[in-house]
Amino acid sequence: MNAVATVVHAVDVTPWEMPTLDYRLLAPVLIVLGAGVVSVLFEAFLPRGVRRPVQLTLVFVTLIAALVAVINLNGVRETAGQGALAIDGPGLILQGAVVVIAILGALLMAERGLDPNGDAFAARASSLPGSEDERQFTARGYFQTEIWAFFLFAVGGMMLFPIANDLLMMFVALEVMSLPLYLLAGMARRRRLLSQEAALKYFVLGAFASAFFLYGAALLYGFSGSISFGEIAASLGSKTGETALILIAIGLVVAGVLFKIGAAPFHQWVPDVYQGAPTPVTGFMAAAVKIAAFGALLRLLYVALGGMRWDWTPMLWVISILTMFVGAILALTQSDIKRMIAYSSIAQAGFILLGVVAVSAKGLEGAIFYLIAYAFTTIGVFAIISMVRDENGEATHLSKWAGLGRQSPVIATLFTIFMLALTGIPLTSGFIGKFAVFSAAYASGDKWLVIAAVVASLIAAFFYMRVVVLMFFTEPNEETATVAIPSIFTTIALAAAATVTVLLGVVPQPLLDLIANAGVFIR
Amino acid sequence: MNSFPWLTVLGLVPLIGSVVVALLPKSMPLLAKQLAFAISLVVLGLVVVMALQFDGQSEFVFQFQESYDWIPAFGVTYSLGVDGIALVLIALSAVLVPITILAGWNDVEQPQSDSVGSVKGYFALILLLETMMIGVFAATDVFLFYVFFEAMLIPVYFMIGRYGGAQRSYAAMKFLIYSLVGGLFMLAAMIGLYVVTGTFNFTQILLGAGIDANTQKILFLGFFLAFAIKAPMWPFHTWLPDAAAASKPGTAVLLIGVLDKVGTFGMIRYCLPIFPAASDFYAPVIIALAVIGVFYGAFVALGQNDLKRLFAYSSMSHFGFIILGIFVFTTIGISGATVYMIAHGLSTAALFLTAGYLMQRRNGSSLLSDYSGVNKPAPVLAGFFLFAALSSLALPGLVSFVGEFMVLLGTFQRYMWVGGIATLGIVITAAYVLRVYQKSMTGAVGSGLEHIKDLTGREISALVPIAALTIFLGLYPAPVLNVINPAVNTVMVMVGATDPAPTVGLISTTSQGAQQ
Repeated sequence: MNAVATVVHAVDVTPWEMPTLDYRLLAPVLIVLGAGVVSVLFEAFLPRGVRRPVQLTLVFVTLIAALVAVINLNGVRETAGQGALAIDGPGLILQGAVVVIAILGALLMAERGLDPNGDAFAARASSLPGSEDERQFTARGYFQTEIWAFFLFAVGGMMLFPIANDLLMMFVALEVMSLPLYLLAGMARRRRLLSQEAALKYFVLGAFASAFFLYGAALLYGFSGSISFGEIAASLGSKTGETALILIAIGLVVAGVLFKIGAAPFHQWVPDVYQGAPTPVTGFMAAAVKIAAFGALLRLLYVALGGMRWDWTPMLWVISILTMFVGAILALTQSDIKRMIAYSSIAQAGFILLGVVAVSAKGLEGAIFYLIAYAFTTIGVFAIISMVRDENGEATHLSKWAGLGRQSPVIATLFTIFMLALTGIPLTSGFIGKFAVFSAAYASGDKWLVIAAVVASLIAAFFYMRVVVLMFFTEPNEETATVAIPSIFTTIALAAAATVTVLLGVVPQPLLDLIANAGVFIR
Repeated sequence: MNSFPWLTVLGLVPLIGSVVVALLPKSMPLLAKQLAFAISLVVLGLVVVMALQFDGQSEFVFQFQESYDWIPAFGVTYSLGVDGIALVLIALSAVLVPITILAGWNDVEQPQSDSVGSVKGYFALILLLETMMIGVFAATDVFLFYVFFEAMLIPVYFMIGRYGGAQRSYAAMKFLIYSLVGGLFMLAAMIGLYVVTGTFNFTQILLGAGIDANTQKILFLGFFLAFAIKAPMWPFHTWLPDAAAASKPGTAVLLIGVLDKVGTFGMIRYCLPIFPAASDFYAPVIIALAVIGVFYGAFVALGQNDLKRLFAYSSMSHFGFIILGIFVFTTIGISGATVYMIAHGLSTAALFLTAGYLMQRRNGSSLLSDYSGVNKPAPVLAGFFLFAALSSLALPGLVSFVGEFMVLLGTFQRYMWVGGIATLGIVITAAYVLRVYQKSMTGAVGSGLEHIKDLTGREISALVPIAALTIFLGLYPAPVLNVINPAVNTVMVMVGATDPAPTVGLISTTSQGAQQ
């Protein structure tokens, strides 16, 4: 015994230190992930009838508690979890934004007043589309409340993504965020084959992108001997040579994150998934994943790879221009509103990349402002898409939107406001966002990138305004869809989205101050 | 200076009015109209009271100044103030809005109109537009100017697209896209200006160290493109005929009479003082384009059969004169351009409104060939039409003559040949204007026109103020000149130009010389 103990001691030369965890710093993420586990337990043990109210209470209480926990960390600027997480100003703002958007997304998902059969989700995702089983489940009024567990895990992952401070944590966050989303995307109540196809595409391509990320992470580890962003940055500064290896590594890692952002040429999944996924999920995903993934991209590029900026900015230049133009031009040709908004989201990602390419504090602030503004607008857009319906469910074909302004002036006006915001017309949040990222890029000397962005904005204006033309300048016909009256859930989400869109356009200063005071990423 | 926030109040009154009108129930169109008219009169009254307090001799370029922080993160302030040029243009807007409302009283009523919008909506949009028009002229912060410049598109877009004629949707889209092309390039240039100067405040930009000439040349293009499209200058004009043809007469009056002036106003206010070197550099090209515009617009107008398009092309020709006056860099030229803006606003209003009255009497047809001999059944209408036509061809004694004469005089001082060529444009103007009058109003009464009614009291009362102002300012332009001359002198100093010494003793270089 003694001999063995001595041997063990001799091998274990460095004493193993217990990792210290500051639970206060981890609280926001832990609350949400913990609630996800509780939600699974509820599914297992609660009778069917009470699940919905209990799950909804759990979700909203959790999200509000997480928001409080985030606000409680205001001013903190340190690493946590042995350096794996960075709790700093930008990270906390992005976390807070994810939580707020998640609240709005949850409101959309909780809606049961629009579809005569219930909510936007399949009665049983496991039943074959079009089968007798499916009809039975629908007729009996079955609902899936498992969505809430998925939702909470996804939110947890999104909150982790922008604060991840090493490559492994970033990968874990990426997967925790993505896996539930793949599932949620496949659960639409209507047009289920389309939805399942979308989920599969999302999963396969997403897995592919994850592999890219992982491979790049391995190369970076091989080069620097560490997975921590801080040490990678240090070794990039001290070691010279092996540029090819580094460039490949950076390319792979960044491609993995750009996939989640939906930047060209990694955008192929976006239209299919946006179209196929249940509309509330699309809205939540479009808004919140953008925030989380851009947050992660910004931290990765600014903190870990900041020393290599001269090597990766040209690459992002190209990607940014490509993304703007691919999104804007392809959106022109769409006849389905969800696909159109999907391509629009690609174009918008290109605009936000301008802030990233600026590599400056202004660029970071501009990108964060743009993300928040864009997220609220997007939630509003999808809230309205989920309300415009005909007898087959949502009327997503653009021709069915003709004359909507005559039938439902309020909804059409709100949608117009969102379109104006996405176009970037002054007095909406979109304009301030565009101004912030454009001026940051211009100040960093990317004059021609700004010109390109201006041209892309112009192309984008075409298709945004086309919807307005359809709604207001055309007479309604028998094809025209009707606007279903939503319950309080969607109404609150829509009202909040519209209010924020206008408010951030007229008085953007408080949010700009908040972002500016948050400072830059901790290194 | 007094501390009453005149300009903010001027902007707020129509804005609040617009919201109130929009919130009225759909079943009360008459109340909506009356309320809109009353509000526009209140605004006009406020403008008159304010204008009386304007001190033409003041050492301050901008008066009625207000300034508050708006977005400190971008250095943006909510700063308002007017110089003489802005003041007269605000006054022009305030005069034309009630006239437009009165003249367009029944234009959007359902049975006669194929528009898809409600009556109250149209009048709410007019009031909203008035807020934007006042704001765009009153802004002394470049960012704020841009906000109004772009936001202004939205009410016009809806006024054309919802209330216009057959091609309204196409025309509205074309208008919007053209304007956005200019607007977005201006945004890029504005960002550049901010990066270079570090401020958006107009006065601070001017006080700061000058911008180097090469940067000026790039940034100038962004601003100028936006203004040239807005004005519109040849070859950026193609949206205007479509927009005018698809618009209600009232919309066309505000669009061409006031909105397009934002383009020429912007050239005087922003292009010249902020980018003097670039203005100088590009002036020959711009002058050439302006002269081409004068002739192009006039020749196309000569061959037009559609009244609204004809007037649009005629406006384009007139805008050529205005731009010419601005870029010859003489005091008389720029003063003349400003007077011409006022004159053109009035004559355009007269033309479009009388033509609108005429068209309404024949199921909205805007084809010239559909009309003849109107002066027999409707002599008053024909009389006003003649007046509008004469005002458009710059008959001496009318304000348009003052403007045109000053512009040409200013041009002669600098470039005698250009002035000589441009003068020929007047001849063509006379030709097409008189051709329209002759074809439509004289001769045998056309079929279907025998029993058309003459103008009603409401219709006349909308035209009388225009006619009165046209004659009054034509005979006595001093009130306007006194107000704008200090502002023009400031611009001349900024751009670093001095009037050429008179080469011929007969021509005096003071503005008084132009009043003869």
